[in-house]
Amino acid sequence: MSLADTTRRTVPFERLAPLALLVIAVLIYAGIALGTGQPQYLSFEGVVGVANRSIALGITAVGQTFVILLGSIDISVANLISASAVLASVIMNGNPMMVIPAIAACLVLGLVVGVANGLVIARLEVNPLIATLGMSLIVQGALSAFVSNFAGAVPDDFQWFAYGNIGPMPFSLLFYAVLILLAWVTLRFTKFGSDIYSVGGNADAARLAGIHTNRIIIRAHIVCSVLASIAGLYLASRLKSGAPWIGKDGVYDLESIAVTVIGGTILAGGRGGIWGTVAGVLIFSLIDAIFNLTGTDAFLKQVLRGVIIVAAVAFYAIRSKRIVA
Amino acid sequence: MTDAAASAAITAPVIEMAHISKSFPGVRALKDVSFGCAAGEVHALVGENGAGKSTLIKILSGVYRPDAGDIVINGQKVSFRHPVEALRAGISVIYQEFSLLPERTVAQNIFLGREPRKRAVIDYAAMRAETRRVLDVFGSGRRIDPDMLVAELDVASQQMVEIAKAISLNAKVVVMDEPTAALNEQECEILFGIIDTLRARGTAIIYITHRMREVTRLANRVTVLKDGEVAARFDTLPAPGQIVHAMVGRDIADYYPPPATPQEIGPVVLAVKGAANVFLRDISFELRAGEIVGFAGIQGAGRAALAMALFGSVPFTSGSVNFAGRDGTFQKPRDAIRAGLGLLPGDRKAEGLLLMQAVRDNGMLTGRAFGGLARSDKANAFASIDSMADLFKRVDVRAASYDQEIKFLSGGNQQKVIVARWLALAPKALIFIEPTRGIDVNAKAGIYQLMRELARGGAAIMMVSSDLPEVLGAADRVLVMRAGTIVGEFPRGATEAEVMLAATGETVTGEAA
Amino acid sequence: MSNEVLAKTDAPRQRRRWLLSVNPIYLVLVVLLALIAIRNPQFLEPFGYMNFLKRAAPLAILSAGQLFVLVAGGFDLSVGALITLTVIGASMLQSNDPSATWWVICLLFVLGALVGLINGLVVVVLRVPSLIATLGMMITLTGVALLWSGGAPKGYLTDNFRFFGRYNFTGVPLINLLPISIIVLVLVVGLLWWLMHRTNYGRLLFAVGDNPRASQLAGVPIGRVRVLAFVVSALSGTVAGILLGGFSGVSPDAGNGYELQAITAAVLGGAQLLGGRGSVPATVAGAATLTAIFTLLNFLGLPNPVRSAVQGLILIGAVALAMYRRKRTGR
Repeated sequence: MSLADTTRRTVPFERLAPLALLVIAVLIYAGIALGTGQPQYLSFEGVVGVANRSIALGITAVGQTFVILLGSIDISVANLISASAVLASVIMNGNPMMVIPAIAACLVLGLVVGVANGLVIARLEVNPLIATLGMSLIVQGALSAFVSNFAGAVPDDFQWFAYGNIGPMPFSLLFYAVLILLAWVTLRFTKFGSDIYSVGGNADAARLAGIHTNRIIIRAHIVCSVLASIAGLYLASRLKSGAPWIGKDGVYDLESIAVTVIGGTILAGGRGGIWGTVAGVLIFSLIDAIFNLTGTDAFLKQVLRGVIIVAAVAFYAIRSKRIVA
Repeated sequence: MTDAAASAAITAPVIEMAHISKSFPGVRALKDVSFGCAAGEVHALVGENGAGKSTLIKILSGVYRPDAGDIVINGQKVSFRHPVEALRAGISVIYQEFSLLPERTVAQNIFLGREPRKRAVIDYAAMRAETRRVLDVFGSGRRIDPDMLVAELDVASQQMVEIAKAISLNAKVVVMDEPTAALNEQECEILFGIIDTLRARGTAIIYITHRMREVTRLANRVTVLKDGEVAARFDTLPAPGQIVHAMVGRDIADYYPPPATPQEIGPVVLAVKGAANVFLRDISFELRAGEIVGFAGIQGAGRAALAMALFGSVPFTSGSVNFAGRDGTFQKPRDAIRAGLGLLPGDRKAEGLLLMQAVRDNGMLTGRAFGGLARSDKANAFASIDSMADLFKRVDVRAASYDQEIKFLSGGNQQKVIVARWLALAPKALIFIEPTRGIDVNAKAGIYQLMRELARGGAAIMMVSSDLPEVLGAADRVLVMRAGTIVGEFPRGATEAEVMLAATGETVTGEAA
Repeated sequence: MSNEVLAKTDAPRQRRRWLLSVNPIYLVLVVLLALIAIRNPQFLEPFGYMNFLKRAAPLAILSAGQLFVLVAGGFDLSVGALITLTVIGASMLQSNDPSATWWVICLLFVLGALVGLINGLVVVVLRVPSLIATLGMMITLTGVALLWSGGAPKGYLTDNFRFFGRYNFTGVPLINLLPISIIVLVLVVGLLWWLMHRTNYGRLLFAVGDNPRASQLAGVPIGRVRVLAFVVSALSGTVAGILLGGFSGVSPDAGNGYELQAITAAVLGGAQLLGGRGSVPATVAGAATLTAIFTLLNFLGLPNPVRSAVQGLILIGAVALAMYRRKRTGR
């Protein structure tokens, strides 16, 4: 008999907590907006603006959710985002005819990196943290060898991705919404999604039952890397160019992991889902917006960011009875 | 020792394993084992821990490949390259450690890897319906909803899900490994009913157990494995004594050391009164120096919880505890150890051993934990490298060298290293949880001997075990737990039936006490 | 099986067995050093190899400290940022005043210990996985460095501060040149070696990384052991920062990427990523190997950024190789 039998589990906390945090964040945001005499931030445009700040993070986090559900992780997303933005920017180079090829190239980049990550983790059995850290270094190295600052330019035609509107809603937000729905449907209804949960829950049992665990790992990493590339495309569109440090600067690696964990998906895999991650992204958007409302100094923001991320994860982790390394 | 008279209902075997041999580095698990099972037959596979039963089953289910020998299904030789091939061939194994996914529903678990699809998506409606159909085989008294998470089910229900999985797979051969470990009398009867149903449908059932009661109730044939070989095969049901003799190789009487004499029992070392926490209630008992007290009960009765509470890992929240003259419950293991209480966990690999470290380092672990962080690792207040070597010799640890990684040692030797770890501290009391789990027959006797020597040396020994004969044989008296509290006490000579009655609250026929 | 020690075998077989049991990193290092010497014969002069050691020293110290956290089963990704903060903090606090050097150094050590303490407590008490905790600390420390210096680190470090990283004793018999940083390296690595391989603490560290649950039940104060590991790692970051500051001067990304280099060095030296196995000397050899590889890459004329890519490949390769060896031999 194992001594683990003597611990009990509570299920509902992970489902409710993201919602609770979200409500708190909304209240703080509203409070500060009113308190500092800036009620325009509570209008429709203001709210949409909040959601819009974190499109890149949101897209990346959807991909990260897939791999974390599997029990894996992807730390290479930040540099991949930079690489994708630079690649798109350089290929387009202000030429509207090159928009499609640039998009294609970025997607291919995501595919290649995802396959590489997946193979190293599944076939070479390298710890996912190390595998993706290594990949992150490789991508960074390859990128820095070619560019050191903003490179290329995004033609106006492509800027609809970040700035276009369909009616009152920004295109990017709609894109994000469609993406979330697709992700949800995949995870909830398809065999691929079901297999991700199974492998994340108990990879050995899944393998014994005939699930091709290696294939699932590779596919999930492809999803993650391709979505990171798309996030890079979005940033290129938004910043009108790409630079090798925008991924790292935006801390997309740590933040995508953090919002996933805050959303109730556990790092060990097998439990969690998309809606929690979405809540997590919203919470971070609100925090960012609150910083803006209060006019916080950029460097101080960075300091607080690190603290908040750790605190948010601690909020969940502290209830765990497991020994943590 | 085969009986010439054949049993009437046995027809040609569905599954036949012929002359199977299997070795692992340093260990010969199976030697020339032949074993078969026919449609509609329950063939009991009996043997001590380490006899080779689980290796045989893993070969049958495709997890291992045999070094020699064949597997024949319905007259055709087969070879499994992957467990899923065994599944498709109709072989379903229900292991003791369930292979269920706790975060998924009952239906998702039953259909793991073969989820039915309707166009691109999973057909959850069909899954649910089929799950309900299969669960209905079990009848009333157990309402399991296909959409419940497995983590929300109790152990007995989880087992039902495992069996449902096998039924859903239309298994021709179902292997059950100690299925009643976690069940009460009523649930056992339901299980036996299911087995009868499966039997009537022509399923071949291989039933692993060491409870003679079940062998008597269910088996057509019995095969006894000992040290990797077939020690005996009975084609008709023998007397339980014959089976046990074949399993153990000697008479029960010689197996356990003699009990403590009244002079050997000393003052009270541990006194617990009215102690409780979220898992336990109203715990009161005493442990005296020189005695071995066994704790019996079915899984979930609270024995491990009691051990954990005493040791300070999941402390008592109320009541009083007096250990070696000092009042107060322990709030963490470190305090308990400092006061002279030790604990050997039931799951050696997960909770007792440092598998990558040397034998010596495993032995000196606790001594070093109290020896001062900046002090040399060669010697501390409790043991030095030399004195540890002496302790290893005293408990008879067999290893090529004490610098060897402990994972290369046999289960029995690993357990002895942990005993040596505690010996170095000269504890006033020691708690053993499942002391002989995963240890072969001969080494077990050695562990019982060690426990008795420790007791004679003045320690109070508490023994928690799921093996009822072991508890009744090795202990001086037995306390029975049920539903988180102590419900009875029995002397050494008590019968299994008496103890089971107290442990479950019901007689063998299912009547309440 | 008897308890007796294995009977003596013949000498060649024993020698071969010893050779197989030697950590391969030492052989790799020797080969690489030979390659460098061939490519650049001045390497064999004291000026050549001492400079090499000077360059490798900060990484070697940092890696040996990181090893403590790795053996305990975690990661410390904040040390690179700590190096940056150390360097920037030193320049801010000093304000070009040489007499301030000593108390500045003391303060830097206090800062390092504090960072390590916080890292450890967040992991042990708040139960945040070390990956997230130290990544968060890295972001925070980078932010603090930026905030403190207003984004533009000022001036230079005084000569007596740079003494540790830059100065060489000359006229030393036999080797002619003895950089201070080598003395620091020997002292610090010696201390860390003693701590990990000769004390109870070191043994407990391995125990906690190998099986924290078993350690806890055996009475090991796993919380204390882990927190101390993070403190050791952070303090080694402070030392590395002081050496680097002396060697390279002040810059806003002085410590960038060093944490990953440290992890790579430890892995090259045979450390196991989820804890329980590792060695200080082998890790130092790993750091020297990494430095040697970068030196060779420089000779080949490859630009600096490519270093990252190469390092990534080495990291993955080293771990993959270790996994392969483990599957084959069970160790």
